[in-house]
Amino acid sequence: MSSSFDFTVVDQVLSANNNSSQYIIAILQDIQEHYRYLPREIVPYLSEKLGMSEAKIYSIATFYENFSFEPKGKYVIKVCDGTACHVRHSTPVLEALWKELGLSKEKHTTDDLMFTVETVSCLGACGLAPTMMVNEQVYAAMTPEKVLAVLEELRGRG
Amino acid sequence: MIKTQNELSIARNEAVKILGSYDCRILVCSGTGCIATGSNKIYEIFADLVRETPGVTLEFAPHDAKEHEELVGVKKTGCQGCCELGPLVRIQKGERVVQYVKVQPDDCKTIFEKSVLGDEIIESLLYHKAGEAFVRPDEIPFIAKQTRMVLENCGHFDSESLDEYIAAGGFKALEKAMFEMSRDDVIEEIDKSGLRGRGGGGFPAGRKWKQVASQKEPVRYVVCNGDEGDPGAFMDGSVMEGDPYKLIEGMMIAAYAVRAENGYIYVRAEYPMSVSRLKLAIKTLEERGLLGDNIMGTDFNFHMHINRGAGAFVCGEGSALTASIEGNRGFPRVKPPRTVEHGLFDKPTVLNNVETYANVPKIIEMGADWYRTIGTENSSGCKTFSLTGAIENTGLIEVPMGTTLREVIFDIGGGMKNGAEFKAVQIGGPSGACLTKEHLDMPLDFDTLKKVGAMVGSGGLVVMDESTCMVEVARFFMNFTQNESCGKCVPCREGTKRMLEILERIVAGEGRDGDIELLLELAETISATALCGLGKSAPSPVVSTIKNFRHEYEAHIYEKRCPAGACQKLKRFYIDPELCKGCSKCARQCPVGAISGKIKEPFSIDLEKCIRCGSCISACPFGAIKEG
Repeated sequence: MSSSFDFTVVDQVLSANNNSSQYIIAILQDIQEHYRYLPREIVPYLSEKLGMSEAKIYSIATFYENFSFEPKGKYVIKVCDGTACHVRHSTPVLEALWKELGLSKEKHTTDDLMFTVETVSCLGACGLAPTMMVNEQVYAAMTPEKVLAVLEELRGRG
Repeated sequence: MIKTQNELSIARNEAVKILGSYDCRILVCSGTGCIATGSNKIYEIFADLVRETPGVTLEFAPHDAKEHEELVGVKKTGCQGCCELGPLVRIQKGERVVQYVKVQPDDCKTIFEKSVLGDEIIESLLYHKAGEAFVRPDEIPFIAKQTRMVLENCGHFDSESLDEYIAAGGFKALEKAMFEMSRDDVIEEIDKSGLRGRGGGGFPAGRKWKQVASQKEPVRYVVCNGDEGDPGAFMDGSVMEGDPYKLIEGMMIAAYAVRAENGYIYVRAEYPMSVSRLKLAIKTLEERGLLGDNIMGTDFNFHMHINRGAGAFVCGEGSALTASIEGNRGFPRVKPPRTVEHGLFDKPTVLNNVETYANVPKIIEMGADWYRTIGTENSSGCKTFSLTGAIENTGLIEVPMGTTLREVIFDIGGGMKNGAEFKAVQIGGPSGACLTKEHLDMPLDFDTLKKVGAMVGSGGLVVMDESTCMVEVARFFMNFTQNESCGKCVPCREGTKRMLEILERIVAGEGRDGDIELLLELAETISATALCGLGKSAPSPVVSTIKNFRHEYEAHIYEKRCPAGACQKLKRFYIDPELCKGCSKCARQCPVGAISGKIKEPFSIDLEKCIRCGSCISACPFGAIKEG
């Protein structure tokens, strides 16, 4: 176990979730919300605190798509590639993002940890396809030009 | 605190009084769609305008209300429906309602001065169609032709306010169930209403409840499936964020009927607003005493919990969903035993989806006989659909079961976008099918759809025009299911992968003789042997597109041609000799030297060399290069 890792946040999350292994998914979600990913150090720690095996924790963390052991960018951009967005041309939007940020199907996060680009199956705003979500904000009726403007704005925010 | 039945009616009278004392209410749509187009900003501007104007007050304060000239409420409502026209704003003065569309921040001040303080209608912000302007929301054809039952409250009041829900008749159904009906009466009424599960399969809800109620095990659970994962579907999300109290009331009635003390709502990760509105609603109900122990002074105890999904489509399947709530991987399991016997934490569980529960209060309040007058013989009630794709009016709709596709697409949806030709409609998401022109007059209900190999599913309707390639659509869905396959059973894990490979080959122009037959054979095996509904229905989009659009598959395989002109790798470029002036610009632009010819004579493209990048098209000043 890493001695330098500060478990204060993990402890807070655990007590907010009754220190119960039944809430493992919520616990991992809360931890990820703080760090924007799951630091590997937490696995042995949670295993001990919750009385469940590391293998079980890994099995859950790797099963659900939302969990990531890789650090994610400050802005996580989820481009919708659901049916409605797909038929209204979401692929060029995704490609414009990849091109501008130097990302690809394999590389999701920029080296400066500012942006992560992922695809998602539906954001529930199909009436305004194609859509994307930056952290928790939904952007409607995207085009390759609009997406570059959004990036510009996010960069300005820092 | 509402601790008795009497206190609920006092609270209701009070709420009705407050609601009635507003001179004007500004109803700003706060569905996910409108928020994406900036409705939060619109809300803030209106709230500021009200605060800054002397003699106008925003919040009702019983003591000094009379000192103000005007009481104006600014409310965030649930989805008003026509998402594409957002941000939507309604100005309500008593019975008078004006619907404004595409409201921009600059419009707010004008609206406030003319329509809120004054009584003018701003013509330019109304919805226009074919030269006609529509003032009232219920006059707009998109809304006028719907029957809104589950969505009746969406757009009419503040979705976060318990008082407004109660004032509109909320919790009357729960009151009736608890004080006028026995538990068995409630189940009997739901059974008689013919309410069928709105999540996909259409299993009768009353029968489910009855089975749970008859179990020996005293601990039972009520679970709501809010893991609306089908791409192209957002009805349940709209109900959760637009009318959270109604969903909770429906679940409470179910819990009362089957003697459950705990309820869980499983919401998918991509719906953060549903989570926050539901959490707020639960907190409010706990504070007011309508959730917790001894509800309204009876022995009925009920506690609600919210679980957020973590991005696994398979968790929409019942047994995978309960596994996920328990803190496990979302794997489906072999059935029987069924969820009604061994569900959540191995206890008898009522598991219905959001829309099913949202139907319950109305049935209890109005009675099963009334409910049966809506819809068809075997599919009673209404169904919500999300209408999307190449259609004029996209949005959230609700129609009686048995409405035809033609009515939905052409009357409500306003027909095809830009006058395109209707080609197909995808219904039921990755488990559903593509229907064609010949199905347009077919009634939308559980049994008719099943007969043609489709399903109501969750209710996503994605309309497609001639530019959509059906093989590519099948590949798209197979790619989706393949990604989401949990990997537990071999037919789904391996079978969908093989099907995807074949489809990818076909759209890349490498289809082979026998591919169609192989796809159908794989489809049959997967449907017959997969463990859960996700796997069993995974081949549906492929089977239905082969059945209805076999010629498109054949064109891809045998002629290496995409009839819709959508598949990049099958595109053919040619130079129209009539239009070509022989300037050689395209030949200089071509990265692979596929274009040749003599200056001032028509050039030609060597298709063997062409990589279909399209750069010649943008280079040609005469538009002589065509795709086909």
